[in-house]
Amino acid sequence: MLKERELLNKQEIEITIERLCRQLIENHNDFENTVIIGVQPRGTLLSNRVISKLKTLVSETNIQSGNVDISFYRDDLMRRDEPIIPQEMDMDLSVEGKNVVLIDDVLFTGRSIRSAIDALMTFGRPNSVELLTLIDRRYSRHLPIQPNYVGRTIDALESEKVVVEWEEFNGSDRILMRKSE
Amino acid sequence: MSNLSVDHLLGIKYLTTSDIELIFKTADNFKKIINQPIKKVPSLRDITIANLFFENSTRTKLSFELAEKRLSADVINFSSASSSVTKGETLLDTVNNILAMKVDIVVMRHPNPGASVFLSRNIDAKIVNAGDGTHEHPTQALLDSYSIREKYGEVKGKKIVIIGDILHSRVALSNIYCLQKLGAEVRVCGPSSLMPKHLEALNVLHFSDIKEALNWCDVANVLRIQLERQEVNYFPSLREYAMVYGINKKMLDNLEKEITIMHPGPINRGVELSSDVADSKHSIILDQVENGVAIRMAVIYLLAGKIKNN
Repeated sequence: MLKERELLNKQEIEITIERLCRQLIENHNDFENTVIIGVQPRGTLLSNRVISKLKTLVSETNIQSGNVDISFYRDDLMRRDEPIIPQEMDMDLSVEGKNVVLIDDVLFTGRSIRSAIDALMTFGRPNSVELLTLIDRRYSRHLPIQPNYVGRTIDALESEKVVVEWEEFNGSDRILMRKSE
Repeated sequence: MSNLSVDHLLGIKYLTTSDIELIFKTADNFKKIINQPIKKVPSLRDITIANLFFENSTRTKLSFELAEKRLSADVINFSSASSSVTKGETLLDTVNNILAMKVDIVVMRHPNPGASVFLSRNIDAKIVNAGDGTHEHPTQALLDSYSIREKYGEVKGKKIVIIGDILHSRVALSNIYCLQKLGAEVRVCGPSSLMPKHLEALNVLHFSDIKEALNWCDVANVLRIQLERQEVNYFPSLREYAMVYGINKKMLDNLEKEITIMHPGPINRGVELSSDVADSKHSIILDQVENGVAIRMAVIYLLAGKIKNN
């Protein structure tokens, strides 16, 4: 049986994204030397939200952005049953000397972020890389990776799944904790 | 999307339509990667691939090797001319010796039809057929269809004529299977002496007149005359073949529509294609070569995903 618990509702997600954007503005001013990169597939949805929110908060700014696909940079190709289906790599820019903000929805083991950093490095040598995540599942990291901007920190068991639903795909914005019994 | 339905790429005959679509979709990503500043991805870091070429090849061998290296695999090369095969070693012994060095994937070209099928039944590695005699050359067919898809958006409903030596051509057979699986209409053109007997079983019609064939088609895939495989004379002379079946610019200019010219290479300029056709805007021959690397990366990547390393 599936047991579900709501972590964040639509309004809370909106407030959280706005807070994260304000923190970004605090550190990146007018975003002149900043590039925002979503991690395919789920991070790009959050990245799009963050960028459109930033555009309402910072006037006359053209924020550079892209999406990285990590499929070919993963470390589990031969350790899984399902094939890794690559997504679009949407990087028509160089990250050379830029301050990069990587965006993913849920930070869990840190392996996806490790892959994303590797993928990112093929587009130049960034000045710095920061990580923004909506949900940080703390105490579950396999690698020494920590986020710079966190929506909500949660404690979850390995068997529990954090599901982020977006209006575009699931009809409404909400974040759930799902547990199979 | 699910995984490939096969564990080896032995021929197009064994693939499903969704396998082909999965390979194309994956190749789309690799095509982007090979146009990036850094063209290499670390996916196959812990994989070793042996390229066994028991028959001469330049393009295919280079293309496979480049694909493997861009996936970060370790690559070992073997060609029969400089090996113990000339000392009388059997195929199975040669390959087993190479596998004892812990090879995960074998890419093989061999003069005997069915050599790769034989290998797949006897050894424990993923096999990619890079051409087995006059039987199949699956990666060439995949890259040909992929190039047509790239040019026209889709392969379905397109009319493709394969011109030349169909009898001795593994490219023709694999192309017929691949194009038909993707919903294209395939016909062939060439001297009757170079047509296989099983054309009807393949549901492929034959043109003897090249002008008629060019008028019918959207794409003409032109093959080389494989003199090295012809044990008897199938036509009076190359010069006569060139006069009857050679394609020149004037013939293309006289057509009512614009068609696309493909060729798997190597081209015999002045025989099957005149130079002004091979280098014209109709020709997508060099796109085929670029797509070849992307397709081979996709095939190897997807097969490697089926190796279990738990």
